[in-house]
Amino acid sequence: MNSAEWIMIAKGIGQTLSMVLVSTVFGYVFGLPLGVTLFVSDKDGIKPNAKLYAVLDFIVNIGRSIPFIILLVLIIPFTRLLVGKAYGTAATIVPLTIAAIPFIGRMVETSLKEVDKGVIEMAMSMGASTMEIIVKVLLVEARVSLLNGATICLGTILGYSAMAGTVGGGGLGDIAIRYGYYRYETDIMIVTVVIIIVLMQLFQLAGNTVSKKLDKRKQL
Amino acid sequence: MSNIIELKNISKTFVSKNGEGNVEALNDVSFSVGTGEIYGIIGLSGAGKSTLVRCINLLEKPDNGKVIVDNKSLLELKESDLRMVRKEIGMIFQGFNLLMQKTVLDNVCFPMELNGVAKSVARKKALEYLEVVGLSEKAKAYPAMLSGGQKQRVAIARALASAPKILLCDEATSALDPETTKSILSLIKEINEKYQITVVVITHEMAVIQEICNRCAVLENGRLVEEDTVEELFRHPKTAAAKRLIYNATSQVKIMDGGKIVRIAFEESETSEPVIANLILEFKTAVNILESNISSIQGKSRGQMLIELPNDEKTADKMIAYLKKMKSITVEEVKNNE
Repeated sequence: MNSAEWIMIAKGIGQTLSMVLVSTVFGYVFGLPLGVTLFVSDKDGIKPNAKLYAVLDFIVNIGRSIPFIILLVLIIPFTRLLVGKAYGTAATIVPLTIAAIPFIGRMVETSLKEVDKGVIEMAMSMGASTMEIIVKVLLVEARVSLLNGATICLGTILGYSAMAGTVGGGGLGDIAIRYGYYRYETDIMIVTVVIIIVLMQLFQLAGNTVSKKLDKRKQL
Repeated sequence: MSNIIELKNISKTFVSKNGEGNVEALNDVSFSVGTGEIYGIIGLSGAGKSTLVRCINLLEKPDNGKVIVDNKSLLELKESDLRMVRKEIGMIFQGFNLLMQKTVLDNVCFPMELNGVAKSVARKKALEYLEVVGLSEKAKAYPAMLSGGQKQRVAIARALASAPKILLCDEATSALDPETTKSILSLIKEINEKYQITVVVITHEMAVIQEICNRCAVLENGRLVEEDTVEELFRHPKTAAAKRLIYNATSQVKIMDGGKIVRIAFEESETSEPVIANLILEFKTAVNILESNISSIQGKSRGQMLIELPNDEKTADKMIAYLKKMKSITVEEVKNNE
């Protein structure tokens, strides 16, 4: 491998990281409220609303059942409308975010379900409003689980971002497909795969470290 | 004394989906609690106690009836007004329900945070309340580092922080050992006296009622079957449910078939007379003392004794009549199946 190829890989790392981080952030901007709404409107939730829950639940299930590689192609018109083109890093962020939202929504819902019902009851007994319960109780008490969920999301989106390489999405996946697959340059493919593995490990390590620090439940 | 809590004809049925598993949790329950009182609700598990106490702050909405707290009919209030009333009703739970990710100090600050109290003011007040419950040195600790008794103390400090008029205790000592239970109960009593907070205690343990309550209701299968002062209830339990709770609390004796059995209740200080000895001398017949004990009801000693009378029914009846003439004691016959 020559220096130009190494520079290309370095650029790829940057593109992958920006795609993954930006779409995770956007994913949470929509996915967190979605997950909270799912939890709140559930029949055992703090403001049960069967219709709302059924609609959101259905949308999330649809979103989660479309394979990412299909979604990627399916929403190309929408991506064009939003970004102006259907290839490159910026364009890949659109399908990544859309794939992430239902996934994140479900993760958030599951995390909130772990919060002790008694604590929610306590807050209600003190006259807390639904919003106060969400912000001051649910998100605080579930923060470790939410963070662990975010680590998993980051990993999943990293995997998706590599898939976007098949349609010229940019980043490490793109390089692996173009050089490793179309041009049989196995060494480049192996290097990109190793880098993706290292990134995944780093995300997980960072997530675990922070969540351990945040968790005050086991400090005996 | 005016009533701060009035529940009228409260009914609540939990409906299951197919309608077969409907549970009638409460059936036409009415009671009232006077301002400053410590009121107990006792019953076995499944009697509907927890549902009943949750009807007071409408965490559980009754199907029928009226809930009047501090002269407000809660079922007629808008949600925002109901939340304001709830701020005046503190509650502590069997499972403590502390925020595990927040420090003890922040836990106590929580209700003040909800009430919009400035953080610096809240912290200062929270430290005062922690002082009251004897835990000021744990302010920076997290709940996971505390024992059960300490957790309940934090919960009490937190309940106090909203300056409530009423404190609801839902099996607050049921997860604690007897020693810790005692100290928590005396803390609740202290708070009742110091801050003039009306207290409602839910429990399945007669000892808890005896320790701190003024009046008490017995709940059985969703119905309020008996209500009285604790002293009267101990002296003269009328219903089978009340008797069961009182005897269970004190007596381990299994009552066998045989002679009639009477229960004698007495105040320790009033019994200078050797009642049993006199009884035996009078009738020249032995009686069998099955069980005898002294329990403390709000600091005063109350004793009870179970005696088995001779098989001969005539003598037994005469003995009962003889005992009933004595003023210092209360006598009643105990049926074998109770």
